[in-house]
Amino acid sequence: MKLIILENYAQASEWAAKYIRNRIIQFNPCPDKYFTLGLPTGSTPLGCYKKLIEYCKNGDLSFKYVETFNMDEYVGLPRDHPESYHSFMWNNFFKHIDIAPENTHVLDGNAADLQAECNAFEEKIKAAGGIELFVGGIGPDGHIAFNEPGSSLVSRTRVKTLAMDTILANARFFDGDLSKVPTMALTVGVGTVMDAREVMILITGAHKAFALYKAIEEGVNHMWTVSAFQQHPCTVFVCDEDATLELKVKTVKYFQGLMLVHNKLVEPL
Amino acid sequence: MPSNKSVSDAPVVQFTNCRILKNHKLQREDLWVREGKILNPEKLFFDEKIPADLQLNCKGSIIAPGFIDVQINGGFGVDFSLATDDVRPGISLVSQKILSHGVTSFCPTLVTSPPSVYHKVLPQISVRNGGFHGAGILGVHLEGPFISKEKKGAHPEQCLRTFEEGAFQDLLATYGCLDCVRIVTLAPEMKRSSEVIQELTSRGICVSLGHSVANLSQAEEAVQHGATFITHLFNAMLPFHHRDPGIVGLLTSDQIPICQQVFYGMISDGIHTNPAALRIAHRAHPKGLVLVTDAIAGMGLAPGKHTLGQQVVEMDGLNSYIAGTKTLSGSVATMDTCVRHFLEATDCTVETALEAASLHPAQLLGIEHQKGTLDYDTDADFLLLDDRLHIQATYIAGDQVWRRNTFTL
Repeated sequence: MKLIILENYAQASEWAAKYIRNRIIQFNPCPDKYFTLGLPTGSTPLGCYKKLIEYCKNGDLSFKYVETFNMDEYVGLPRDHPESYHSFMWNNFFKHIDIAPENTHVLDGNAADLQAECNAFEEKIKAAGGIELFVGGIGPDGHIAFNEPGSSLVSRTRVKTLAMDTILANARFFDGDLSKVPTMALTVGVGTVMDAREVMILITGAHKAFALYKAIEEGVNHMWTVSAFQQHPCTVFVCDEDATLELKVKTVKYFQGLMLVHNKLVEPL
Repeated sequence: MPSNKSVSDAPVVQFTNCRILKNHKLQREDLWVREGKILNPEKLFFDEKIPADLQLNCKGSIIAPGFIDVQINGGFGVDFSLATDDVRPGISLVSQKILSHGVTSFCPTLVTSPPSVYHKVLPQISVRNGGFHGAGILGVHLEGPFISKEKKGAHPEQCLRTFEEGAFQDLLATYGCLDCVRIVTLAPEMKRSSEVIQELTSRGICVSLGHSVANLSQAEEAVQHGATFITHLFNAMLPFHHRDPGIVGLLTSDQIPICQQVFYGMISDGIHTNPAALRIAHRAHPKGLVLVTDAIAGMGLAPGKHTLGQQVVEMDGLNSYIAGTKTLSGSVATMDTCVRHFLEATDCTVETALEAASLHPAQLLGIEHQKGTLDYDTDADFLLLDDRLHIQATYIAGDQVWRRNTFTL
């Protein structure tokens, strides 16, 4: 694991965006070889998306040969609802970049047969040659995507009922009205993300600190599903200082010491 | 259910690098147009999965809904109230010329005239969509003859009428044909006006109060019977008095029925209304303000003499008076001039100024689901403007129908 610690949210977002940018450019995608990218939603990646949009508008980065797979989507929410993950991706990312609509994949929470939709999603990932880089966030309860505590660490894309913690955390997007928050979602499984060739987890803010501690300093545990990535060969955790508040000083100092080396990964190419 | 098939083969045009007036705010968003309507790009992206066929860089312009002028008597030498055998060339000329003022839809207005004029002219005018030929015609605005003698303004006294005998039948006999009539201005203090207002409203015709000496109660009663507009507020009505505000009092009246709103026309040419009065009205009832030009034949022409129905008017470049008098008779201001003057005089936001000429007149006529906004699936009638609200280009149904010589996309 690489643990990248930046001073604040803005710097963490920028580091993550630069990393993604460099990975895509180095991969040199073309019509026969698309760069497959897994994407998250939520407030954490917003800064990263803004930076990626900036690089795209500057001409430094093109999404023409990038294929994206989003992690999750609410069940039963109309696709054009302002809080749907389709809306989130359109407003915060897709509409600002040069990606072709047919190269974006977001689970359809209104599909007639939800499990069939999930299976089809897995097939699409396979058909695209697997995911090159899966970007994700972490919930306060340590979940990745909607893989709530207790989710199998080898799970695949499926329908999940949301934990009360998650519903409470999401209520702020639904006028604080708990009854308006969707209770089910389609989500990629822990196993699905583990299949990616590389995984990048963005974690910022003090409220995520305990989850980060559980994810990297304690054992692999299905109650904190992000901990599964301890067993992935190529994981990057990008965080701000606040997110490290529950880590051992020794851990933080060790990885801060590696920043000189790690920063080479985001230098302009 | 979303499908991957294209809903239409028509080209999708994406206007980029612009600020659009949406949800009452100028926002940095692209405007998407297809087949004459504003398109929802998110739906296009996820349902049809196709990109734009053409991207046009608007160079930072403001994009606003096209202006709607509900009171315009003519222009460029054309007088709509003249009883010609063929009014169409005149209407076409004006509808084409006002595109450069940002007007994409209008209501040709006829001032007080003898019945013979109405019988001759009205059947020749029809509601029609705008396009390369000119701004769209929403219907006719009939200002008079059922107005007050004391407040006739520039209207000819000998043609004034009442409907106290036959109420609506009198009105129908006077006008002859109501098919294309959209707005009627009348004085509500006239006997049997309530029945007339009710009948007109039930036929979908907007009733406006103007050229009147009505007091506030009479005005309120008219509103309760369906009137929703005030013709050029302050002009040709009793001045505001603190114990009887008259028609002006409607702006803050508490007798307006719940589901109804009163709109009021303002000629903000800097002449018809003192800027302080404009500000008072705007602050009292900002959502009801509708900018109108009340333009006459002399608009767009050099100073000189022109007609306004049965009257001769003199225009000196800025003002227009009944020949030989100091009675104002319409204006020669263009709609975009009015918008800019309104912005400056009230120090309001750009959004407010633009909505007073687009959203509000659309709401007045009950067509805001089709025109007056840049909402998805509404008609793609819009304007490109610079930061000082000068029109750079005019679009109707997605087609560029006018542009400034120096402006290209």
